[in-house]
This record gives sequence, structure tokens and C-alpha cells, in this order.
Amino acid sequence: MNGPLSSATIIAALVLAVWYLLRSALDRAPGRNDLIAAGVLSLLVLVLVAVAAIGLATGTEVADIGTFAGYLITTVAFVPTAGYLAVMEPTRWGSLTLGIGCLIIPVLVLRLQQIASVTGA
Amino acid sequence: MPDKNPTEATTRPRDAALGSGLGRVLLLVYGVFALSASARALVQITTHFDEAPLAYLLSGFAGLVYVAATVGLARGGSTGRLIALVSCTIELVGVLAIGTLTVVDSVDFPDATVWSNFGSGYGYVPLVLPFIGLWWIWRHKPEKAQ
Repeated sequence: MNGPLSSATIIAALVLAVWYLLRSALDRAPGRNDLIAAGVLSLLVLVLVAVAAIGLATGTEVADIGTFAGYLITTVAFVPTAGYLAVMEPTRWGSLTLGIGCLIIPVLVLRLQQIASVTGA
Repeated sequence: MPDKNPTEATTRPRDAALGSGLGRVLLLVYGVFALSASARALVQITTHFDEAPLAYLLSGFAGLVYVAATVGLARGGSTGRLIALVSCTIELVGVLAIGTLTVVDSVDFPDATVWSNFGSGYGYVPLVLPFIGLWWIWRHKPEKAQ
């Protein structure tokens, strides 16, 4: 959970968040490229979550497995949910929705790392 | 989405639906809090309820308030607006009351809720959110029949 993949996901999410917040501040609706970028971030998060899930299945010990699994599901669904809301909102608020979605991803990843570091072993 | 009509206004009219514009951003944020507060309470209540029953019941209550606010915003209309108005007001009172109580006397609240210390564990978003929510709902007063 605590590898370069997590760091890459956090950095990508933060960079995108700055971009979307800037777009929102400049009164721009999310464009096609913005949504593609959100899709790429979703894929990155999907890979991260898949790696963590495989780790769980192959015997990594996590103390609070229910919470960890809940966070995994939330994390993987999060950017697509923000993206879905943003598609329905072709205004600056759509860009803000994507921006806030990208700001929450690092929080979720850090929480996952926190929970994973408290091993049941 | 390609910009088909660049002259189209990017802001919505004031009487647009409660769940559009900034309302949709609020919907996402309230949804996040509905999920995180409820899930937290569920874990607390199901795994170690005896340790701090009052705090955990409060946690559950906070979760339900966020769920109600989310539903109200998503539903819109006069009913949705009323649900959102009531739940945002409870949320404001709750975060101020619990925030003050936990700062003054932490004995009664040995374990944290979303509203403990004015939501400091959640970047103080729980403190700011009801103000934004109430302002948004207030701005969406239904038009009087003319």
C-alpha cells in the first residue's frame, strides 16, 4: 500500500485538482480533455486498489479488514462518481466538482495506508 | 464535453434546481460526509459500542443528518428544500454544540465523532459546510406566485 504507486496516485490527483480548481476559478466548464484526464486518474486508482485487493487476497494482514475494504470500494468509485456529477453539470461548478473529487483521493489513499500500517499480525 | 455553444451562460439562473450548479458540488461533499460519518458510526457501534455509547450514538445521528441533507439536495423541490434546510440547521447546531462541548469538557466524549472539536479531524469542513449549505438553500427560496 505504501509504494511508488500510491505516491504517483496522490501526486496525479493533486496536480489534477489544482488544474480543475483553476478551471473553475476561470469560469470554465469541464472540457473533453478534463474528463479524459479524470478517466486516466480513475484507471490509476483502479490499479492501486486492485494491487491492494490482491495483497489482501494473498495474505497481507490488515487489522481492520472491514474498514479497509470499505475504503477500497469508496476509493475506486470516487473519481467516477465525481466525473458523473461533472458531466451533468457543464458549468464552472462541474470543474469544481472534479477538483474536490481529486482533493479527496489523496485523503482516501492516506487513510488506506494508515489502516494498512496497523497490521493484525 | 465540447463547447457547442460558447455564448451559452456558464452560470445558472437563480431559480434553477437546488441540486444544480453549486448545489451539485454540495451534493458530492454531503454525500462524502453521509458515507464517512455513517460508516464510521457503523464500525464504532458494531465493534466497540460499550466503550463510549453516547459518542457513538451521536456519531450515528450525525451520519443520518448528512444522509438526510444529501437526499434533500438531490431531491430538490419544496420537499427536498425543506429536508435540506432542517438537516443543515441540525448540522450547524450539532457541530457548534458538540464542538464546544468537546473543547470545554472532553470527559463525556472519550471517542471522536465527525463534530468533535468543530470537525478538526475532517479539516474543519463539518464546521464550514452547514454555513455554505444554509446559504445555498436560502438563496433558493421558492418564488412567490406573481
